[in-house]
Amino acid sequence: MITTETVNVQDEKKSAFLGSLSSAFQGVESYTALRKSAWDTLSKFAIPGTKTEAWKYTRVGKVINQARKKSGGNTQINLPEIAIGGLRYVFVDGVFRADLSDELTWQGLNIRRTGESAENNLLGTLSNHNADWFEAVNAAFFNDGLVIDVDKHTHIDCPIHLVFFASEENTAAFSRNVISLQESSSLQVFTHYIGSQHSTFSSVVTEAFVAKNASLKIDKIQEGNEAAFHHVEWTKQERDSRFDITTVTLKSSWVRNDLNIRVAGENCHSSLTGAYLPSGKEHVDNHTMVDHMVPNCESDEKYKGIVRENATAVFNGKVFVRPDAQKTNAFQQNANIVLDDTATMFSKPELEIYADDVKCSHGSTTGQFDEEAVFYLRARGIGEVMARKLLVEAFLADVITTLSDERLQSYCTEKIQQLMHS
Amino acid sequence: MLQIKDLHANIDGTEILKGLSLHIKPGEIHAIMGPNGSGKSTLASVLAGNEDYEITGGSVAFGDKDLLELSTEDRAREGLFLAFQYPVEIPGVSNINFLRTAVNEIREYKGEEPMSAGDFLKLVKERSALVELDGKLANRSVNEGFSGGEKKRNEVFQMAMLEPKLAILDETDSGLDIDALKIVAQGVNAMRSPERSFVVITHYQRLLDYIVPDFVHVLYKGKIVKSGSKELALELEARGYDWIKEEVSA
Ligand SMILES: Nc1ncnc2c1ncn2[C@@H]1O[C@H](COP(=O)(O)OP(=O)(O)OP(=O)(O)O)[C@@H](O)[C@H]1O
Ligand SMILES: [Mg+2]
Repeated sequence: MITTETVNVQDEKKSAFLGSLSSAFQGVESYTALRKSAWDTLSKFAIPGTKTEAWKYTRVGKVINQARKKSGGNTQINLPEIAIGGLRYVFVDGVFRADLSDELTWQGLNIRRTGESAENNLLGTLSNHNADWFEAVNAAFFNDGLVIDVDKHTHIDCPIHLVFFASEENTAAFSRNVISLQESSSLQVFTHYIGSQHSTFSSVVTEAFVAKNASLKIDKIQEGNEAAFHHVEWTKQERDSRFDITTVTLKSSWVRNDLNIRVAGENCHSSLTGAYLPSGKEHVDNHTMVDHMVPNCESDEKYKGIVRENATAVFNGKVFVRPDAQKTNAFQQNANIVLDDTATMFSKPELEIYADDVKCSHGSTTGQFDEEAVFYLRARGIGEVMARKLLVEAFLADVITTLSDERLQSYCTEKIQQLMHS
Repeated sequence: MLQIKDLHANIDGTEILKGLSLHIKPGEIHAIMGPNGSGKSTLASVLAGNEDYEITGGSVAFGDKDLLELSTEDRAREGLFLAFQYPVEIPGVSNINFLRTAVNEIREYKGEEPMSAGDFLKLVKERSALVELDGKLANRSVNEGFSGGEKKRNEVFQMAMLEPKLAILDETDSGLDIDALKIVAQGVNAMRSPERSFVVITHYQRLLDYIVPDFVHVLYKGKIVKSGSKELALELEARGYDWIKEEVSA
């Protein structure tokens, strides 16, 4: 009896949520095959809950228990105070804002809008819309985003700054990006997600293809405030390539990051770094997956968090080393400081190693502030607030310094200090 | 300079300091000796302001200030320095950055301008040379990966940088070989002045050959049970503590 009722409640919630989105996002058409398989997933599976392993610690009520509208994207917004030069492209509530963006086409670089053409792009070829419910939601409803192609042997020396604003109350926004680096090219992308004081839900799926000997760096900064963010990156690396990504989650009420890397060519380097500092009732979930499919590759992962007040953080780091992937070198570290008894950290490293000649290590630590260190600093005349500031900075330093640009580093350091003292 | 009267302190409900009194005048060097667990480090921690300890009685005057009313940082800013028995490692905080922050917060407290980068580096060079501390260590994280001896020299280096009125050295000689011991003593002696006082906590007479104390005290079971001149240290070295314990229980 109870089971049936639960299922019914689930079904009702699901149809209410999908129903509100279907009517809001009418007319979303292209990419028909992708949409169709997304809808199959949505009808086949229930909304992820405590029984869905990958969503076990992340309650989705905040996202789904609210009818969502589509925004016109006309909100007046203030561009972020951080500018790093290079090209900037702005989306407001999922809508491309040409008035705030640079030209789309540049030498060696082909940028076009996902919504405009489904041709010649790899959208949907990596993502997991066949199994993951929320990825399927994105695939069913996305209406825009950017496809960025970098030509062979081209080094784009100015960074690309993608800004996604979430602004209008009770809206949802779904975007898809494709970043494709041809052989021996390089690119640095700064994805900046900014929310507001309004409740919004925005889901962005980015698929990245890094060809032979190419190098892609993504700096990802999330400042959601009251927004709920579902951000997915899928990356496929070919031989001799490099992929680096740094994710810094500043103040954000609800965040689910899924970062997946398929290392498909030999002699690749992948690095995944992240920092999160949830407070209040915030929730930050970082799920990562590195799939070592072939031999002689190296992955280096480091996530660090400071969790306080009633906040919850989740770290789940999967590393697969397939039977063929001999001589893999995989390193993973998750370190957390939990400042209050009421704050919660779930940390789960998952190493699945099927090759025998590999070097893999992982470590997960959760502790408190080193009060002895605070005392030591104070005993030298440093005030308590400054002492804690120095220690926070020190703890997160090896993450923050992986951001590509010094301006980004000091921007984050400053924001972090403000957060820690608010 | 420092006047401790009938000081009582507890940790986790256990009384460790049980009515300790000590008077230190400017320019004096006092050595404190005593068996393990007698409360020497506790005294140092209590004076530095460690909040793990509860003060249950007595008073401590530091110059014209009530020391026990001051926060840990204000005690340091007023000129109290503790060289820790076990200096803590602080990964990610550079020694230099940390010292510069300390120097400037102390100056700000005194209403002085921050020290210029140039003057600061000059001072670092001069004072690290006093204890023959490799310049490279100044750029590393505070105490991280330092050898035991380097940690102790780093404490004395910090003391020399901060120029306190009263420095408490808690077993700064422990674990040092004779050359390192001489270097540490040389650093301390270079900082001696008629206004600056030292409390040297040690188990060994040999340090006192190099840093010659004006007074030697024996701390036992939370009290100063005997005080004397530097000869007392020689006597303790020769006879151990049993005779003192007997005197106390008699
Ligand atoms: N948390 C605690 N609860 C109870 N007793 C404690 C606690 N911490 C320290 N003590 C006790 O306080 C006493 C004094 O310790 P303290 O470190 O001051 O000794 P000490 O004289 O510096 O010894 P040593 O020569 O070994 O450095 C010891 O008996 C120690 O066991
Ligand atoms: Mg001691």
